[in-house]
Amino acid sequence: MHTIFPLSLTGIGFAPEGVPVLDGIDLCIEGGSRTVILGANGAGKSVLMRLMHGLLKPTAGVIQWNASQSRPHAQCMVFQRPVMLRRSALANVAYGLKLAGVPLAQRSLQARAALERVGLSHLAERPARVLSGGEQQRVALARAWALEPRILFLDEPTASLDPAASRSIEQVIVDIHGAGTSIVMTTHNLGQARRLADEIIFLHAGRIAERTPAAEFFQHPRSPEARAFLAGELP
Amino acid sequence: MSTLRRSLLSTLACLIFGASPVWSADSFITVASTTSTEQSGLFGYLLPLFEKPSGIQVRVVALGTGQALDLARRGDADVVFVHDPAAEEKFMAEGNGVKRQEVMYNDFVLIGPKSDPAKVAGGQDISVALKKIEASKSAFVSRGDKSGTHAAELRLWKTAGLDLDASKGSWYRDTGSGMGPALNTAAAMSAYILADRGTWLNFKNRQNLAIAVEGDKRLFNQYGLILVNPAKHPHVKQAAGQQFFDWILSEAGQKAIADYKIGGEQLFFPNARR
Amino acid sequence: MRDLPDSLSTALGLVGGLDAKVLDIVALSLRVSLSAVLFSALFALPLGALLAVGNFPGRRTLTVVVNGLMGLPAVVVGLLVYLLLSRAGPLGPLGLLFTPSAMVIAQAVLVAPLLAALTRQTVDDAWREYREQLHSLGATTRQATATLLWDTRYSLFTVLLAGFGRAVAEVGAVMIVGGNIDGVTRVMTTTIALETSKGDLPLALALGLILVTLVLAINALAYVSGAWAQRRFG
Repeated sequence: MHTIFPLSLTGIGFAPEGVPVLDGIDLCIEGGSRTVILGANGAGKSVLMRLMHGLLKPTAGVIQWNASQSRPHAQCMVFQRPVMLRRSALANVAYGLKLAGVPLAQRSLQARAALERVGLSHLAERPARVLSGGEQQRVALARAWALEPRILFLDEPTASLDPAASRSIEQVIVDIHGAGTSIVMTTHNLGQARRLADEIIFLHAGRIAERTPAAEFFQHPRSPEARAFLAGELP
Repeated sequence: MSTLRRSLLSTLACLIFGASPVWSADSFITVASTTSTEQSGLFGYLLPLFEKPSGIQVRVVALGTGQALDLARRGDADVVFVHDPAAEEKFMAEGNGVKRQEVMYNDFVLIGPKSDPAKVAGGQDISVALKKIEASKSAFVSRGDKSGTHAAELRLWKTAGLDLDASKGSWYRDTGSGMGPALNTAAAMSAYILADRGTWLNFKNRQNLAIAVEGDKRLFNQYGLILVNPAKHPHVKQAAGQQFFDWILSEAGQKAIADYKIGGEQLFFPNARR
Repeated sequence: MRDLPDSLSTALGLVGGLDAKVLDIVALSLRVSLSAVLFSALFALPLGALLAVGNFPGRRTLTVVVNGLMGLPAVVVGLLVYLLLSRAGPLGPLGLLFTPSAMVIAQAVLVAPLLAALTRQTVDDAWREYREQLHSLGATTRQATATLLWDTRYSLFTVLLAGFGRAVAEVGAVMIVGGNIDGVTRVMTTTIALETSKGDLPLALALGLILVTLVLAINALAYVSGAWAQRRFG
């Protein structure tokens, strides 16, 4: 089976209009785990994810996937605010499949299956924009999951949601990972990071301060910046 | 969604093509005429008398005489019906028309405010009146639009021995508009204006205007009918145009012209030579 | 303004009595302007969306030009289309001059910049919201354009109404390419112009009142149906 991994970032820098946001990032994602990127505000977490996903182009360095990317939709991203088209939840999920070239007959079936997996079958025909924040985010996850991506990026997926909705989203993320998708996400919620992460990448001032397995990170962070962050001293 | 798209497209097609003329290409002719003739109401009365028996619809595009002739020069009309013999003869000389006939005449009248600042009311000599208007610098509105009426107005100033370019001042208002709008302007400005009797009789916004001078032979206004030359414009509807031509000049057509009245008054006097 | 009460009663009389000629004129006005807007939209809406979403050289210049053309006077458009359709012009053999089709073409040209510019703005606002997600899902420019056009359909409906308003209210273009021919190409605005020039101001005002009322009614209907659709389909 072809795999898109490893994803390697070499000497990555991002300095739009000369203002440095990220600098000297060297990173290799092997795939298979749930990676959570932590850092203070402005550390560059969202930018790093967008670079990895290809939404932004680095101003320095090279980003390389395994040359044999099997499918164009091997990677997906879910954003903090779910982007719902003005159509039903089902149609939103089917839209992703349509862009991936799935023929009409199978789209509806696969879309329904995805909604079922995230527990939203009963809302399939509802206009997506009238759903609650948590429900919309689950539709976004269903849309991504239906494409069976090898890696899923999530940018603060529960930042706009209440605790109950957040928990249900966390469960979906775990389920998606369980089905074989690698997870790379950012969050401000340390409890969430503790619950979900296999490993932590800690960013500080545009550089990777450390990369540590999760349990170890929370008990014994290696870098002084991470220690300060966990102690609540960084914003 | 696809049914919606389909019904939208068919509605669209219906609207666009439904907006096309229903009549077939051969059953109408385009006549370029003047706004004054149109606004006299003559066509509304005259044309049905031809259209019904012949089955040919007459579509009148009403412009100034100059514009009407230019339209025909470009081949956008089949027949021209205007009132400026000099311009018409030039048109014929250029080879744009294959036949020209005099059809009818009416007269121009000098309209002016009842207050009559130039003291010309009741007169019968247009040259005298124009000289008085110029001398007193009373407000005068001109068509200024290359129309038959405008051409006549300029001729009359010349006949009165006045050099407009020299004596033109703020009293002479060149509006560049049709007869109706020019009359509106004259009414609003309490100015003198040369108008054709037909438009005047049909004009409803007279305010304080009235006929000041009429009856001078020099105010005679001759109308001509021209068939556009199919040699120059092959698509011109010669047969149908000829039918219209013949009818206007026939006894029936000429009688119809004479029968057109406003308030019991005859507007146009048929004078086709047969 | 003593003409106003006269006009009001004349207007009511014309409408109440279902004066056949007036009804024909109104029907033609609606057919011409609606056709023009829909026809123009086929081209102008995708252009507007492309200006918002696309990334091609000269995009900014084209945007400025389209915006500027919104100010094109109707009479200039009429003149240009006349020169095109005149027998002496390139499209003369089509024989379209002085027909309702010519009027549809002229008005379609007239409202195209307006439709494109407003579409561009509408789609641009939506694009800001959707861009990252659509890129993430791998949408091509063509796919994104189509998706945005459909998603902003309610706002675009208002854009179409704006175009319709501009079309049905203009007189300069239809006068020149239509010729204001009685029974063939005479629409509300050219009739109003004609009656005004004949000095029949109460009648002209009455027709004006009918026109304004009609446009208001169409807008009210559009608003109601738009609100219903939005509630129903979200």
